[in-house]
Amino acid sequence: MAFIGLLTLVLIALPHGLSYSQREILVVLTINILVVSSYRLLTLTGEWSLGHVVMMGVGAYASALYSKEWGVPVPISMIIGALTAGLVAWGLSFPLFRMKGFYFLIGSFAAGEIIRLLWKRFRDPFGGPKGIKRIDPFPDIDLGFIRIDFFDPVNYYYFTLIIVVLCLVILWRIEKSLIGLTFHAVHWQDKLAESAGVNVRDYRTLALVISSTFAGLAGTLLAHYIGTVNPNGFDIEQMVFVLTWAIVGGTTTLYGPIIGCITLTALNEIVLRELGLEQGRPLIYGLILIVSVLFMPKGLEDVVKRGVAWAQLQIVKERTNGV
Amino acid sequence: MQTGLNALFAAAYLSLVAVGLVLIFGVMGVINFAHGELFMLGAYVVVALYTNLQMPFVLVVAIGLIFVGLVGILMEFTMFHPLRDNPLGGLVASIGFLMVIQASITIGFGVRMEHVPPVTQDVIILSEKVRLPVQRLFVILSAFVCLTALWLFLKKTKFGWALRASAQDPEAAMLQGISTRTVSIIAMFIGAALAGVAGSVTAPVISVSPVIGHSVIVSAFIVIIVGGIGSLEGAVLASVTYAFIHTVITTFIDGVIADIVGLSLMLLVLIIKPTGMFGTQDRV
Repeated sequence: MAFIGLLTLVLIALPHGLSYSQREILVVLTINILVVSSYRLLTLTGEWSLGHVVMMGVGAYASALYSKEWGVPVPISMIIGALTAGLVAWGLSFPLFRMKGFYFLIGSFAAGEIIRLLWKRFRDPFGGPKGIKRIDPFPDIDLGFIRIDFFDPVNYYYFTLIIVVLCLVILWRIEKSLIGLTFHAVHWQDKLAESAGVNVRDYRTLALVISSTFAGLAGTLLAHYIGTVNPNGFDIEQMVFVLTWAIVGGTTTLYGPIIGCITLTALNEIVLRELGLEQGRPLIYGLILIVSVLFMPKGLEDVVKRGVAWAQLQIVKERTNGV
Repeated sequence: MQTGLNALFAAAYLSLVAVGLVLIFGVMGVINFAHGELFMLGAYVVVALYTNLQMPFVLVVAIGLIFVGLVGILMEFTMFHPLRDNPLGGLVASIGFLMVIQASITIGFGVRMEHVPPVTQDVIILSEKVRLPVQRLFVILSAFVCLTALWLFLKKTKFGWALRASAQDPEAAMLQGISTRTVSIIAMFIGAALAGVAGSVTAPVISVSPVIGHSVIVSAFIVIIVGGIGSLEGAVLASVTYAFIHTVITTFIDGVIADIVGLSLMLLVLIIKPTGMFGTQDRV
């Protein structure tokens, strides 16, 4: 409990100690935490997708178009945008879940890339390579005594933080529910699960749809903050970042990918940027990736687990010494 | 006709890259995401030694082959061997390696495009409308030579036998006294060297920049899937097919549609027959 209270305080105080550009990074980081956490839900079933970031893009494009072309109010367009991403994922599940493992990885890449190229090719309605600009921002909230302007990164950070925490709670509940347990079964014992009457394919589809819906929501959060979307923002390079956050962090726990995302983003955006190594940034980032998979194959979460176990051991030792 | 020749040129360098990728996957079971960067590295060997230092082109291509092959061995020692039981780890490490190479080249040469002067300006005029620059012919010929040499190496020599055996069944190969480690190193050298050669000979024809590896790797992935993972013949045949379709559509409609068609083709193959046109066994 004390830990959660402390964490809340830190999260609330965090933006006030940062510069303006770091606050903007903080907003994107919060959104990315949702992306990587929703990605983890899919990996629970044992499938690794390379199309997750494109699903995020589907949400972003959909919400941008709904609000811009049809005049749907932004908060509602965000929700429908996220659902659109889920719907597209459901459609894609039919061809994609004829494949497994490595083939699914490549197949999801192909499917995602096709969607991305369609955005690039069709100027109407997707805006071609330049994408959609001047997307309606999230509306200001006027409570009479206080006006919340969401153009300010600090306010938008609090807003995304609330949404993301809510989503994480939902994701956590899903994982601990019967559905989540079945996801694990589908991953580790798919033949056994099948013979026990579990429709393995339906559960894989469910995981894909849920994770894509949350990715879509993350996309809408991003689109209405930065105000533009374009096909290059959702390319394979972004996907590679999500993949590396998940793998460097580890995917057996809910916090693993989050730690991976925070650590690598902080390293990339703050530490290396402060050092002024603009061109050398990818070099050091790449080296860190190699070193971390070589020496931490179980991810950062394993380091945390061992750290906690060590601390507990110390406490126990101290107490027994005292006795 | 002209489109056909362009397609043949594209097929030539693409098949070199794809065959290398298949070879590495077959023997080591790892997807080398940095393979496009090995191609790029081959092109930059030409920029450094041929454009800047004026060394003879053929010598530079030979150096490109050996240098990139050695980089391949370096990858085997530092990443793929320690991570041999962890395919996803190998993938991520190769992504890390990709970033390292790309950033090093950017620091060394800058992001702008490098123009490599063509070795020869000669053009073979086959008819009124069909012209074949000798430089492109050189790419096609070197692909032909390299692939024939590889084929002979695999089918006729003892090393080739060992290599194919370890690709088929590593444990059985080990029982026969084959050192799978040596085989891995050789496969990695050959696979990387092929990409290096492809980059070196293609450099004067294309504009070289640190990001050229990206489009190459995507095409190579499409080709190895369509051809069937693990099948070298399939990779070559799929390269020709893919290059032809892609060039025709690029010429008559546009490049993005050509990419979409290529990817759809790959998806279709994955749906209908995941083992590809020539794949022998399911590796799921």
